[in-house]
Amino acid sequence: MIKRVAFDHAWLPYVLVAPQLAITIAFFFWPAGQALFQSVLIEDAFGLSSKFVWFENFERVFGDPNYLNAAGVTAVFASCVTVASLSIGLLFAVMADRVVRARHAYQTFLIWPYAVAPAVAGVLWGFLFNPTVGIISWILKQSGYNWNYLLDGDQAMFLIVLASVWNRVPYNFLFFLAGLQSIPKSLIEAAAIDGAGPGRRFWTIVFPLLSPTAFFLMVVTIIYTFFETFSVVHAVTGGGPGKATEILVFKVYSDSFRALDLGGSAAQSVVLMAIVVSLTVVQFRYIERRVHY
Amino acid sequence: MAGVDLRGVRKSYGETAVIHGVDCAVGDGEFVVILGPSGCGKSTLLRMVAGLETITGGEIAIAGKVVNQVEPKDRNIAMVFQNYALYPHMSVRDNMAYGLKIRGMARAEIDRRVRDAAGILELGHLLDRLPRQLSGGQRQRVAMGRAIVREPDVFLFDEPLSNLDAKLRVQMRLEIRKLHQRLRTTSIYVTHDQVEAMTLGDRLIVMNAGIAEQIGPPLEIYGRPETVFVAGFIGAPAMNFLAGRVGQGGKSVHIEGGLELAADHQAGAAGRTVTVGFRPEDLVRGGPGNAVRLRVDLIEPLGADTLVHGSIEGGQGQVTARLPGTQRLAAGEVAALTLAADKLHLFDKDSGKRI
Repeated sequence: MIKRVAFDHAWLPYVLVAPQLAITIAFFFWPAGQALFQSVLIEDAFGLSSKFVWFENFERVFGDPNYLNAAGVTAVFASCVTVASLSIGLLFAVMADRVVRARHAYQTFLIWPYAVAPAVAGVLWGFLFNPTVGIISWILKQSGYNWNYLLDGDQAMFLIVLASVWNRVPYNFLFFLAGLQSIPKSLIEAAAIDGAGPGRRFWTIVFPLLSPTAFFLMVVTIIYTFFETFSVVHAVTGGGPGKATEILVFKVYSDSFRALDLGGSAAQSVVLMAIVVSLTVVQFRYIERRVHY
Repeated sequence: MAGVDLRGVRKSYGETAVIHGVDCAVGDGEFVVILGPSGCGKSTLLRMVAGLETITGGEIAIAGKVVNQVEPKDRNIAMVFQNYALYPHMSVRDNMAYGLKIRGMARAEIDRRVRDAAGILELGHLLDRLPRQLSGGQRQRVAMGRAIVREPDVFLFDEPLSNLDAKLRVQMRLEIRKLHQRLRTTSIYVTHDQVEAMTLGDRLIVMNAGIAEQIGPPLEIYGRPETVFVAGFIGAPAMNFLAGRVGQGGKSVHIEGGLELAADHQAGAAGRTVTVGFRPEDLVRGGPGNAVRLRVDLIEPLGADTLVHGSIEGGQGQVTARLPGTQRLAAGEVAALTLAADKLHLFDKDSGKRI
């Protein structure tokens, strides 16, 4: 049901939404407009002159093997983080939902990592796994494993996936737990009487009922891996070694602020924007179709 | 098909005992209704039969086999829940077929059973709908269909009609009754609605605070309630109660306020404190029995009957009489009524038990 609120003054509602609008315009629409505008310009390195070039920047971006590499890296990174953080979040939620004693303690502890900013999470894990001073890398070396993520691209990828997953699991956990708790207990009981064991109940009743939640979390997590993990990469690997962990959003940053290729990186961010917009559209379409059972 | 035996069944959560030993043998094909106010433990008792709650003490046997340690799925029971508990992501057909598929039944047999049940319950045209596309009454029928297709030993109903509106409830009540006459499956039905209980049950278990106060056929419970609780709980409007003492000779009662009522049986030693009960419809005009003068406070004309609320001369407290609808009375009048001696229900004041 939609509530209609009546205001005494016609201008009041506009004043009330003005701060939010101002923030949205200043930090979202304006930069997005700038990116769109710059993506069709080529600017010299000193910012003294610029030239309108239509879609030349996009052509260059899609022809650049480094960009395609970054796209591949992002795909690997995003799928690892999404699959791992969703399944671990779901696993924890199912476990926490079963616990009777001290359940609030478990839930609280499981949510804590979410309070840590991705950059800090990155620093934390980077420190633990630091090849020279990290305690975990010391243990790994003691057990004969040659750990050095500064040289090994796969290890670097593993580390940023680990940090991001650790940071993201609480969010997914929370949503899954809420989803689980909103499934009426009598459904589970009915299935038990119908003869389904715990595993069968989970896959035929619980999981299908959680699927809208899971889909929502999947989209949100993909968006997280595309953007918010910038700080993890920045803090831990800086895109290296080589370009092994250079995800798209990090390449946007390094091309513009390090290589000063403003037009090219603007074109890249427009591509990213398009990806997110389409994900969001899919999300809303889907959610609108089947929110409630 | 099979009976269900409850032998000294107890339930407690930690220190708190909620069911204090219930004994009842539900016969093969019998329809037993567990009736009681909310919180009396009736749903808990049913859930113990289903295997959804552990049994703290005593034994439950289904078809002669003790099932205390048997999983719900192995008890060969089917349950209809208050909120129906339909699987929201499955069609009506899949909801009904779910339990059969899990038991690995052949497709053709599943189809046949689902079609039969849908035929009985007039769900044929709804088989491909999802539960959310159904009305309350239809969902209720699907829930029953899901129970029927299993062809279980026992049906368990947990207040299945309480989410329906009044009219639909009456209709579904009849359908459940018809269904039972047709299938003759042993059924245990929990409700707090005494009309449902009276009309559906072959026998009732009236529960109060975890105790089965009385077990018996509906009319016997209505006509001869064993305790004050049962007497007051069954019947609408409720039975009238007056406090009194047994008079000289033991066959009369002195009501507080001075009225003396003759009883038809020995009520014990003179001076024993008792509670006297009589049903509103047992106060009549004319006929033999104790003369009772009712000072009318309020009239409720219901058409067929007229409910008269007032106070008895020589008695204390409010009394209700149910007189034929043709009676014309006004507030302030005094109605001369009679109360037959054999219509008095006498209960011991302390134990609440029938004398």
